[in-house]
Amino acid sequence: MNLTTIDWIIMLVYFAFVLGIGFVLKRRVKTSTDFFLAGRAIPAWICGLAFLSANLGAQEVIGMAASGAKYGIATSHFYWIGAIPAMVFVGIFMMPFYYGSRARSVPEYLRLRFDEKTRGLNAISFATMTVFSSGISMYAMARLIQTLHILDEPFQRLSVAPQWIFHVSIVFSALIVLAYILLGGLSSAIYNEVLQFFLIVAGFSPLVWLGLKNVGGWHELTKRVPVAYTHSWAGMGSPQTNPMGVEWFGLVMGLGFVLSFGYWCTDFLVVQRAMAADSMDAARRTPLIAAVPKMLFPFLVILPGLIAIAVPAEPAPAVVVSSSNPPQHGYLGRGLIPPKIDENTGRPKLDENGHPVLDYDLAIPNMLLHYFPTGLLGLGVTALLASFMSGMAGNVTAFNTVWTYDIYQSYIRPNASDQHYLAMGRLATVLGIALSIAAAYAATRFNNIMDMLQLVFAFVNAPLFATFLLGMFWKRATGHGAFFGLISGTAAAALHHGLTLPSGAVPGIKGAWLGSVLHLYPSEMAQNLWTAIWAWTTCFAMTIVISLATRPRPEGELAGLVYSLTERPSEEHLAWYKRPLALGAGVIAFALVLNLIFR
Amino acid sequence: MGLDIRLPIGALFTVLGVLLAVYGLGSNTTIYQKSLGINVNLVWGTVLLVFGLAMILLARRGLSRGFKLDREHPAKTKH
Repeated sequence: MNLTTIDWIIMLVYFAFVLGIGFVLKRRVKTSTDFFLAGRAIPAWICGLAFLSANLGAQEVIGMAASGAKYGIATSHFYWIGAIPAMVFVGIFMMPFYYGSRARSVPEYLRLRFDEKTRGLNAISFATMTVFSSGISMYAMARLIQTLHILDEPFQRLSVAPQWIFHVSIVFSALIVLAYILLGGLSSAIYNEVLQFFLIVAGFSPLVWLGLKNVGGWHELTKRVPVAYTHSWAGMGSPQTNPMGVEWFGLVMGLGFVLSFGYWCTDFLVVQRAMAADSMDAARRTPLIAAVPKMLFPFLVILPGLIAIAVPAEPAPAVVVSSSNPPQHGYLGRGLIPPKIDENTGRPKLDENGHPVLDYDLAIPNMLLHYFPTGLLGLGVTALLASFMSGMAGNVTAFNTVWTYDIYQSYIRPNASDQHYLAMGRLATVLGIALSIAAAYAATRFNNIMDMLQLVFAFVNAPLFATFLLGMFWKRATGHGAFFGLISGTAAAALHHGLTLPSGAVPGIKGAWLGSVLHLYPSEMAQNLWTAIWAWTTCFAMTIVISLATRPRPEGELAGLVYSLTERPSEEHLAWYKRPLALGAGVIAFALVLNLIFR
Repeated sequence: MGLDIRLPIGALFTVLGVLLAVYGLGSNTTIYQKSLGINVNLVWGTVLLVFGLAMILLARRGLSRGFKLDREHPAKTKH
């Protein structure tokens, strides 16, 4: 990649603004509430964009474009089915409890509603998870900087060995994120997330514009790729007839219900953004406002992937081909997607049928290189870096809050002064980033360990929504029920995964590690979705059974925590377009229309 | 909240817009073969500039309204 002076200036201007925001906000951080909850004083639209941006990690931009190139427009299910309904639900039904109970974190809500052990379980697993996620973001970003040769030229000029590029990328991104969180806490993270949101839109929309123009518009695009790639519901009747290998029931239940509600409704990473809102109404509007751009994101991130496979030209020499040596035996890629190169032989990797294995993750980077001249390229690369950093910062701010309030204040040092916890929060930020760096290096050494950890987190997360659903809407649910329900849900997930296998995989990390294969799934996605469905159902049933067998909590203690014992938030005083119910209905209707258009 | 986020957003995009547009005006047209012959630096720079200025304008209007609110209902605004 040839970046020129103008590209570097654009990047520097962006980083100057990021740090500048931190410095301006520094004066406003006086108490721990300022640092961890942004003083609960942020307007709804800002929280909404931050809510969206915090989830816009590396996985979002690179991964969704990759998936768009692999599965086509069906990837939009991750948005229109896998996010929108859950975002509407958390805004309308759950936010009154999160915001109204004055809990400072999601685990703290669990303590108020259930008991200490349920909170501890959630806090510890969540804190570990955030550190690893931010480490994975960091690792992916450093790898991308290496693959795209962004820093090669400046390093050559300074005569520093190219091995240092990876280390410098990690340390540099860590320092930037560390600096702006230390300075301004959650406000600074939220403000920067909003900035990143606009930057990502500004950096990627010209890609869609030029790409569509090049292939001759949407209509031409549909003619150049297989039919299933431009129809999201085509062949969803059976797993054999669509590229994802999932049938509609598994998709709607697994992705649309269990996984998506589990993430958007219980993950403190996103919920924290709404908790920072300046009023109950604003907190309820936060996810609803976020849902509107979320719905349109497929056009920004999936479409480039689809265009990448439709562009006829073989990649120009400027395009990266996975490794330093270009393929010698004719071009085996698909459009702008190059084949993966075997590091030992230097030849394209082939699957068991002799087809090349494609490196879909290079969809967005290669699109940038293919269409953007210097200048705009600087903006595109900056947007890419911004998307990695917003994901990292989101995880770190969630980590420092859960660590300080739910672990340190609860188990290590209760009853200290507010200033003490504020200092602890700053220290936890440093600790969180140091642990992320460690995780990033662990990822370079033990790839399988990272896969395994992600698998374990999937087991822990899958049943969570059952606990919250029962906790918020069934006053009879007890702490013992919640705790043991969660554990049995996680166990059910592990058991299901250990006894099934996606077709074409070997027993091991992909499943069937318990020795026998009881069921063979047509694809890995189908297996994941059904693992989640099993986990959720087990947790739901076990929580009910154990709750009924244990002593209920007196109703007086549950006011404000359970639906039937809480006054409904009134919407009368708001203009109709500001009412959560009206907004939610509008969002759902819009999502339905999108599904109908691209069915 | 003291700092209106629209101000830094507006400022960032104004600066980026000016940088891109000015670079687009002076740049050699051969680099635009990639972008289908369109001088995207100039076009997109102008778009970003307009967006940035609009944000600054909105922030200034919001600021004067905020002051009015402060004077009329001093208890309502938080700090």
